[in-house]
Amino acid sequence: MSERTATIASRVGLHARPAAIFAEAVGALDLEVTIALESDPAEDAMDASSILSLMSLGAGNGQVVVLRAEGDGADEALESLVKILETDLDAE
Amino acid sequence: MPKAVSEPPAGEKLASSTTAEDAAVTLRAAAKAVQAELKQRSVGATGAGKSVLEATALMAADPMLIKGAVKLITNNGTSAERAIWESAASVAEMLHNLGGYMAERSTDVLDVRSRIVAELRGVPAPGIPAADEPFILVADDLAPADTATLNPAIVLALVTSGGGPQSHTAIIARALGLPAVVAAPGVDDIADGTSIYVDGAAGSITVDPDADQVAAAEAWATTAATLAVFSGEGATADGHLVPLLANVGGAADAVKAAAAGAQGVGLLRTEFCFLDRDEEPTLDEQVTAYRGVFDAFPGKKVVVRTLDAGADKPLPFLTDASEPNPALGVRGYRTDFTSPGVLKRQLAAIATAAEGTEADVWVMAPMISTAEEAADFAAMCREAGLKTPGVMVEVPSAALTSESILGLVDFASLGTNDLTQYAMAADRQLGPLAALNTPWQPAVLRLIQLTVAGSVAEGNNKPVGVCGEAAADPALAVVLVGLGVNTLSMTARALSAVAAVLATVTVPEAQRLAAVALAAPSAVEARARVRAELPILDELGL
Repeated sequence: MSERTATIASRVGLHARPAAIFAEAVGALDLEVTIALESDPAEDAMDASSILSLMSLGAGNGQVVVLRAEGDGADEALESLVKILETDLDAE
Repeated sequence: MPKAVSEPPAGEKLASSTTAEDAAVTLRAAAKAVQAELKQRSVGATGAGKSVLEATALMAADPMLIKGAVKLITNNGTSAERAIWESAASVAEMLHNLGGYMAERSTDVLDVRSRIVAELRGVPAPGIPAADEPFILVADDLAPADTATLNPAIVLALVTSGGGPQSHTAIIARALGLPAVVAAPGVDDIADGTSIYVDGAAGSITVDPDADQVAAAEAWATTAATLAVFSGEGATADGHLVPLLANVGGAADAVKAAAAGAQGVGLLRTEFCFLDRDEEPTLDEQVTAYRGVFDAFPGKKVVVRTLDAGADKPLPFLTDASEPNPALGVRGYRTDFTSPGVLKRQLAAIATAAEGTEADVWVMAPMISTAEEAADFAAMCREAGLKTPGVMVEVPSAALTSESILGLVDFASLGTNDLTQYAMAADRQLGPLAALNTPWQPAVLRLIQLTVAGSVAEGNNKPVGVCGEAAADPALAVVLVGLGVNTLSMTARALSAVAAVLATVTVPEAQRLAAVALAAPSAVEARARVRAELPILDELGL
């Protein structure tokens, strides 16, 4: 199981446009990725490709989340997702 | 416009011929189809609309939503339609409970749900139809929410079987400059794709128009374009100034109104700051919002209407949706009785926003019914440091006691939409009562006349303006000036038409036409007789 942490950079947190961009990126991968707040237990991790799950996660600007995935290319995949989360997507 | 999607019956199970797997497959396919359609729509959209469409497209096939529904199908044998209905309901509730921005997205989930159910039923998706070619929209009635998706580049005209001259459809039509006919029973029977000719001024619809009508429609489009420019000064033919101001709902509106030449803002609807919220906006949020409007009109008058919630504008934290008669309920100024403090804080925010801008800020309260309320409101304004308090005259009692009310405040503004509703005891939104709900009703004109008379009697020439839809009707604007109304405030789109018509009459002529209207036996006659004496209306296609 590969794991990466990321600090949410988008100004208003992980919602709407930033969440949509992230969810689409996860959907484009061949792997199943889960996401959870750093403070939450791993069993509560949610499906990172579900925009509704992302919204209910309520991750705000500056909060740290944990991404987990398993399989070939999991490390690279998670790296690219971390990059997305750590870009201020609201700035566009 | 297709009818709203109805809820699938509670407890509906799979049809005996359908297996759970089949239903799950059908549901996923329907969700994917809805997702594809929304994605396609988002390609053509811009700005905020685009982001919302992109996010809603993702929601349509969201794993949380679909898995929830499939679970119900597999474990409970629930039908696909009912399963998605229930799954979406719990997702929407979850979002609603998160409050703030998330709560606002819960309506998006319900919209997606309606679309998936419509897809499963094989009926057209709800809402304003998407189309490549321009079209005339026919519906039962339009809601305030529909304005957001209505594209005036594609929708040519509005026709509704319900509503009335002061319903939301009429307001949207005026704001967008679209011809419209409302309260037209039988339009539901017009088949999709039929060619029709809509004459908003005459209030008629012709199916399968002839060549003359097609030409008239084209001619109107040209005139409407030329009429778009307002010189920036409203006046009669003999030089009597009639300031023409704009009704706005926020900074974006205000900027457009200023660009259109409005001489100020006659009505700033402050609800925009409060609608769709679970709690009162903070002082800072309000100050920023109001300042945005004030900054668009330096050196000019901006009349702020304090929070007008209730009736067709419910606010969860302020008004009671279970009232038996919302129009007669705790709305407007009255919410200060049941929720004291909100108004006080709003006035403080308005005062703070007004300092440090160059606009001349006036403040008025909606739904004032008595002189005592006017006095209390004036005191609250003074305490907040606001120098020019006024009242809206929309409750008939205020029109009838305007002399004593104007002794206590500095100005009055007639809200003719609600004044008509209350005077004629007719709900603005009911099609069958549309004929009663026009400000051309002699009784309504009489109340306007009495309001002005009260100001004259009070002796200080305190201004009486009109900010209801009546001011946007060029023929009626002439009557209002003839009745002694000092200023007219309207949707920015109507400024040039009203200015053009006012410029063709002198004050004595306007007074004579006002007398003609008052003496007419009916609203229809009043309108017809006044219009007959204003040839400019035909020339400009108004």
